[in-house]
Amino acid sequence: MTTLCIIDYGAGNLKSIKRGLEKVGAKVEITHSIKIMQNADGIILPGVGAFGDAMKNLSPIKKDLIEQIKQGKPFLGVCLGYQLLFSESTEGGIHTGLDILKGRVVKLPNDVKIPHMGWNTLKIIQKNISLVEDIKDDAYVYFVHSYYPKVLKNDFIIATTNYGVEFASIIAKEHIFATQFHPEKSGKTGLKILDNFVKLVKGI
Amino acid sequence: MSVKRIVPCLDFNKGRVVKGVKFVNLRDAGDPVECAIAYDEAGADEMVFLDVTASHERRGIMKDVVKKIADVISIPFTVGGGLHTIDDINSMLTVGADKVSMGTAAVNNPNIIKEASEIFGSQCIVSAIDGKRIYVDPESKPGDRIIVQTEEGPCWFEVWIYGGRKPTGIDAVKFAKKAEELGAGEILLTSMDRDGTQMGYDIPLTRTISENVNLPVVASGGAGTLEHIYEGLTTGKADAALIASIAHFGIYTISEIKEYLRDKGIPVRFKKE
Repeated sequence: MTTLCIIDYGAGNLKSIKRGLEKVGAKVEITHSIKIMQNADGIILPGVGAFGDAMKNLSPIKKDLIEQIKQGKPFLGVCLGYQLLFSESTEGGIHTGLDILKGRVVKLPNDVKIPHMGWNTLKIIQKNISLVEDIKDDAYVYFVHSYYPKVLKNDFIIATTNYGVEFASIIAKEHIFATQFHPEKSGKTGLKILDNFVKLVKGI
Repeated sequence: MSVKRIVPCLDFNKGRVVKGVKFVNLRDAGDPVECAIAYDEAGADEMVFLDVTASHERRGIMKDVVKKIADVISIPFTVGGGLHTIDDINSMLTVGADKVSMGTAAVNNPNIIKEASEIFGSQCIVSAIDGKRIYVDPESKPGDRIIVQTEEGPCWFEVWIYGGRKPTGIDAVKFAKKAEELGAGEILLTSMDRDGTQMGYDIPLTRTISENVNLPVVASGGAGTLEHIYEGLTTGKADAALIASIAHFGIYTISEIKEYLRDKGIPVRFKKE
């Protein structure tokens, strides 16, 4: 059976994403153990709390996490777990991220209510990516965030969403995938995305 | 496009829904888990569960109910009622709640908002504000109150706590701004004058708070017709409409509410699946 690990790096609700992945047939462990992460078939980096704190909490496993991602293990970042992939964030001062993707995480514009909380639509830019298989243009997904990454390379942008600004809501680079929204809270559309991820981990 | 949210709210006492939900296909209208499934399937965007149990054994029951709800629904939900400490919040989030709302606790100790949002993130900390109109003499000096003109005359809005049993003297608009500064991620705003009346949301209250904070505001208290919901989301400038009786008593389904709003040009989400 395919085993995924959800990186536990702070307090919050990790149960929803675990349950979502289990629903689509994965075995899931919530962990901060380097060994379990190394043995897992795929890594999920969830989104909890603020950027700076998250990086601090990740520091004991940071080196190994980056190594695992760079070695080609399937990876799914969710919300803050997506933002952490980038070089740096301006949330509460400048904080360095995992720097796997180049770019900076910045605040949503001031003319919209922050956080961006609720359902919004996806505009699928690249339809041939396995993560968005069977996901329709204008499908609704659930967002909760105040910051978004400015993705420097357009090649990585799979879907965008508009909220005061058009931002990359799904990105992919080889085996690295990430969503700004919460697939585990996005009804059937979200479950399908998790299902697609589990399938690609299994190599189906 | 970002949409307006329709949010059914269930009150529960000792693990049972206080006012039964009148869905024809519900086996047990008092079971919060069954009600949650029904609303999720009906197309609700989010849900709120308020525990009104007034006893010390509440926490255990609440945890159990929240865990069961989290296991069955695929939309976000907020849990509120009697959460006072970081431990209380942690226990709810750990069993699967997406957000917690705090009213009385945040008035008695506003720092809990700051502390909780730093630990768990602003996105899951909801400031629940119960506001009541206090009418003033148009000639009198307002002092530091924020006076709002209403059809019934000028008034300010006072925060009440302990489920609407105790006035605080605190200005609700100012308190909302303070909650935002401290790190709340959303305001759940209930009009005490309108709650349970089905006379419509308190529009001046909702609008004033919505204009004074840059946070999503959920309007609550008084929705009795489709027009009320429309008003709350337009004139009231709310981002989401909390509904209780109008949905529980089967007056309108979530789809009927959304179709009405869509026809009036309000962006809403329909389940396409």
